[in-house]
This record gives sequence, structure tokens and C-alpha cells, in this order.
Amino acid sequence: MSGALSLDDKLRAFVGQASGPPTKGRHPVNEPMITHWVEAMGDHNPVYVDAEAAEAAGFKGIIAPPTMLQAWIMRGLRASLVSDAARDAGAATADAPSDQVMALLEEAGFTSVVATNCDQHYERPLVLGDLLEVSSVIDSISGEKQTGLGIGHFITNRLEYRDQRGELVATMRFRILKFKPGTGTAAPAAVAATEDPAPRPLRPRPAITQDNSFFFEGARQHKLLIQRCSNCGTLRHPPRPSCAVCRSFAWDTLEASGKGTIFSFVVNHYPQVPAFDYPLVVALVELQEGTRLVANVSGIIRETAAIGMAVEAGFEDFDDELSLPVFHPADETRTD
Amino acid sequence: MTGTTHSYLGKTAIAGIGATEFSKESGRSELRLAAEAVDLALRDAGIEPSEVDGMVTFSSDTNPEIEIARSLGIGELTFFSRIHYGGGAGCGTIQQAALAIDAGVADVVVCYRAFNERSGNRFGAGVQGRPPVPNAETANFAWYAPQGLLTPAQWVAMAAQRYLHLTGATSEDLGRVAVADRRHAATNPKAWFYEQPITLEDHQASRWIVEPLHLLDCCQETDGGQALVVTSLDRARDLPSTPVVIRAAAQGAGPGQEMMTSYYYDDLTVLGEMEAVARQLWQTSGLTPADIQTAVIYDHFTPYVLYQLEELGFCAKGEAKDFIRDGNIELGGGLPINTHGGQLGEAYLHGMNGIAEGVRQVRGESYNQVPDVEHVLVTSGTGVPTSGLILGVDH
Repeated sequence: MSGALSLDDKLRAFVGQASGPPTKGRHPVNEPMITHWVEAMGDHNPVYVDAEAAEAAGFKGIIAPPTMLQAWIMRGLRASLVSDAARDAGAATADAPSDQVMALLEEAGFTSVVATNCDQHYERPLVLGDLLEVSSVIDSISGEKQTGLGIGHFITNRLEYRDQRGELVATMRFRILKFKPGTGTAAPAAVAATEDPAPRPLRPRPAITQDNSFFFEGARQHKLLIQRCSNCGTLRHPPRPSCAVCRSFAWDTLEASGKGTIFSFVVNHYPQVPAFDYPLVVALVELQEGTRLVANVSGIIRETAAIGMAVEAGFEDFDDELSLPVFHPADETRTD
Repeated sequence: MTGTTHSYLGKTAIAGIGATEFSKESGRSELRLAAEAVDLALRDAGIEPSEVDGMVTFSSDTNPEIEIARSLGIGELTFFSRIHYGGGAGCGTIQQAALAIDAGVADVVVCYRAFNERSGNRFGAGVQGRPPVPNAETANFAWYAPQGLLTPAQWVAMAAQRYLHLTGATSEDLGRVAVADRRHAATNPKAWFYEQPITLEDHQASRWIVEPLHLLDCCQETDGGQALVVTSLDRARDLPSTPVVIRAAAQGAGPGQEMMTSYYYDDLTVLGEMEAVARQLWQTSGLTPADIQTAVIYDHFTPYVLYQLEELGFCAKGEAKDFIRDGNIELGGGLPINTHGGQLGEAYLHGMNGIAEGVRQVRGESYNQVPDVEHVLVTSGTGVPTSGLILGVDH
């Protein structure tokens, strides 16, 4: 090759080439790996684990979560250790096109790498017994870009996943940024934050007035208090300064039993506020005493939440200032 | 208690309407949007700014009456009034204007609403940020925000879940409202979703915002402005546009009313605020649901469209799902609703654009004109204290 070729020219020559040889999955799509994966991911869709639910949803049996695609091709820890050891021992490096691209960029000082984005397109759900093979092509290599992380080149690989019959089951575009460390525009504080995550933002504060402060003070002492008219005994929530039944302004509180039922509930997905985990179940609980209040419910997920479910109050201290009743299913044995 | 009729009914009219384009980024100030809308409404009415002596808007509007007055050469004002409770205010602004005109306090009253709700302050972003200044309004959110209920969609979803549970209505029934709105928007060139109808499958496939609501159960967000000019019917008859008579107007807050979270009264299948509005609309106008040819039913979120059809008596309690499944709410049905596309399809202008569509239907000027319109019913935002109107043809 001519020494006059620029780095961009050299990189461009690789576009369209196979990144490397095709790779076959080590194991066919199988139930144990699916089970481990959905449990680790917290994905409770029954079509991945329950054949009856899958059939009810129109499948012939359980299917693999689509986003598990890459997992079926991963070579595993041992293979990584073996190839790392071989490289450390000075074994000849493979000259697959993708390795050559990486080597070119390393020589030019682009020594750091980060995966930036990934798009997957599925042709059909994967079912037990499917054995995948993936082939990869270098789809594009960008010119030099200034990014927040540093000056670098984006490299996009296009991967085609085929089954044991050679039929296309999915495609994926996977993009990485190969960049020069220390040349970024991101504020140093932001970089530091990625290494040492900032403490979780606090939950939104309640506005405390003379009418409602008793509830939040009670919650800090892990007591669920209901406002009660001291004249006629009527309970009320949310609190008000006076009784709508007898017009008395005198009131005290009753400590609730904590027993109740789910009167309604929602599962929040969007927007996602950093103080909360999503999907977030929030319920309207009707207490045994007759009043209702909105509260979080632990120990249930969207699939198990139901109107009419019996729940019982516990408490959670979210920070030094904020404690709230958090309900849990009444039949659940709790040790905390 | 309300009387059997209201003195301004049949004596006041909407004489002009005007709106900016509906966009996602207007590129100009909210005040300019308000001024443009008022200017266009006055041109439509054929009334000079100097004749305006009253202005009404929402307490949540950021554009003071006096700023618009100064901008357009409106001189002295003798009546100004603002209505609270967000989107519930809409039809109430027209009622305020009619009351002032009938009482002799003002002759020409402009009602307006303008905002950059998409490119500026987005309501759906939720209640977050600095600790609130404690008062009765902010204390209301103490029962929801720390628990993670932060947005209007989330507040509505809590009631909707219970409604679906008790009535047997399904997410698809909610979707049919969105499909109807988008079908109507598809043939309205002013609508943001012009020529973009959706199917029930699109609705079902759209992502969850807050279960049981999909994305397509939630109205869009809009930058824009809408204004309407109200005057006496006598005056309106001398103006270029066909007068649109105010046949009924009402505000209502229900027993146990809360701001979006009336969770403590009854069983969450009623909208007390709309029950109060509906009763007044029928009682004061002497009309019945059979006298209405088309309606604009406030559609910030699809579930409350079902509740409203029931509260207004267009169908029995719990039967909105059947009414909708029978195709009644689409063009050609028994009660086509939101013929402009609604807030899901045309624009989210806190319902003021819906009143303008009511005016166009009475004038015979809608892009989706319903034949032989005598009366149009229009509602404002529910889940909050609200309002409603019946507009009619001048005979």
C-alpha cells in the first residue's frame, strides 16, 4: 500500500468487508438460559417461561426474549481467557478486517473504545432448539469526529443472525466509538460522575402545612395516622382543617390498623424520574377504617397487582426527612 | 342552587374565532401567539380592537390582558376575569363573557388561551424540582408526588383502571376514541395529525405511558393560541360572520372534588364535575341529548371521554363502551365527536380549539361538517372543576 494514503483512506477500504469469520452459537436456544436471563433482567413477561401463557399469546411454546439475541452467540468466559492468554503469550494476532481496523486506529492514538448504540430488527421470535450463526460486515467508518468523550471515529458493524436452516432471524447494527482519551469536551465533573455515581436524587418533597404535617411526622415514627373529627368521630383523608359532616374544627388522629385493599392502581412507565424505579406500581389503598390513600406497594409487580388485593402497611425511610407507608401483600410473610 | 334558566342564554353569541397555526415549536413568544390569535378573532368578527372592553382567560395563562390590549390597540377595559383549574376553564371563559355582556358590564369580550406547551413548559413533565411553597394547592400534591404520581396521565390512569375494572370497558375501547379523533384530524388541514390516521392496532402497539394508558391514549402537546369573540346576539347579527348563539353554559365542581385526584368519593366511575355541568346544560337550555348533532368532548386522555358520554346522558352509565363500539362517535355515526380531530388529533389548546370547532359546525364551516347542525355541545377538561357549552344556530 502507498504510504501516501491517509488514515481515512485506509479505513474506508475496509467498509463492506466481512468483519471476521462467521460465529456459531455454543448452545441452541434453551430454557435454562432464558430463565436465568429474564430473572436477572427482571422481565416478568410469562411468554418467556410459561408454555401455557405463550400458547395463549399465540406462540407454539415459550419464546426467547428478543433482546437476548446476542447472548446466543457469546463465546463465554473461558474462550475469552484462552484468547487473551494466547495474545499475552505473543501468539500471532488474527488479521480479520475488524482487528486490522482496530489496530490502525490504535496506532493513530485512538486507544479507547466505547459502545455507543445498537439497533436490532427481528424477523421472528426465537424458539427452543434454534441454533444461531452470526456473520458481520463493516457497515461504515466515520471520519474524525469531536465527541464529548474525545476525538474519534465511529465504526458500525452490521450483523446478520441466521438459524440452523440458514434463514435470517434478526439483524443488528452495532456502533462503537474508538477515541483518543483526554481529548473530550465533556465537563470533568460529568466524567467523574460516570466513575462514581452521584447519590440518587431525593423523592419529591411534600408541601407541609399545619393541616397535613401530622401525617408525615407520624410516618417518620412508622405510624399510619388518619385525621379524625374530635366532635363527631368522622375520619378524613386527605386532611382538611374542618369536618364536612359537623363543621367542627377540632380534630385528633387515629392510628390505622394498616390493613386495607387495593382499590385501584397504575403502573408508571414514563416519564422516568431518577428518584424512582420503573415500572413503578402505585396504588390507591382503601384502609379497613374506610379512608383511601395513595401509596407504593412493595412485593408486587405489574402482573400480580390486582384490584381487591389485601395489603398491609409497612414503612420506608427514603431519606432523613421523608418516610412513607409502603404496603405489601397481606399474605406475604415479612421479617422486616 | 341553579335556576331553571340563565338570563344570558339566547341573548349572547360567539361572533369571531381566530387561531395561530398549531405546532410543536412556534418560535415566538406566548404573548405574540396570544396577540396573533386575538387579532385574527377580531378580524373574523369584523370588530375593531378599540371596541373590545372585556377579556377573559385562564388563571394558568401567562399573557396578561393588559399586555395583549397594549399590543393590539385595545383601549380601556371594564371587565377582566380569569378562571382557575387548568383545562377545566375553557367553556367557562365564554360563560364569563356572556354574563358580563348580559349584565351590561361589557359589550365585546375576547376569550383567549395561548402557550408554548410543547417547546416551553410541558405539563406532562411532572411535578418535580424545588420543594414546593406550602399552601393548600401545593399540599394537594403531598399525597401523590412523593409516592411517584407526578403527571396528569398518571392521575387519570388511577381512576381509569377502576373504571375499566367495573364497567368491562377495555383498552381497545379507549383506543376507539383515539382512532375516531385521528380519523377526523386526518381530513382537517389545520390539525397537527392531518393525513395521519391510526388504526386500533397502532393504538394497542403504542408504548405504555402509565398502565392502563398507552401513548395514543394521551393527547399531544402543542404550541399555539386560540381566541374567541363574544358579544350580544343583537350586535352579532350585524357582523359579517354567522352568529353562533350561546344556548347553554355552565361550570361545575363535584362533591369530593380534587384537582385531578378525586379518589376519595364514590367509586371512581363518576365525574361529579361533569354531572353538575350536564344537569345545568340540559335544564337551562330545555334541550336533551337527542337535540345535539355533534359534540366536542374534551380528550386530554381517552378514558374521560367515556365517562363524559355517560355523565352527559348520551348513553347509560357503564355503557359508553357499547356506544363507542357501535361507531356512534365517528363521522356518520349518531354523535360524531371532535370533528376537528380533538386534542389527540388537532391540537392541545386546553380545549379552546374545541370551542372554535363548535362554532364552525354551527356556521357550517367545518372541514368535517356534520349535516343539519342545530346544536353542538362542547366540554372542557375533566378530572378538575370544569365547564360546558351548548352552541346553536340563530333562528
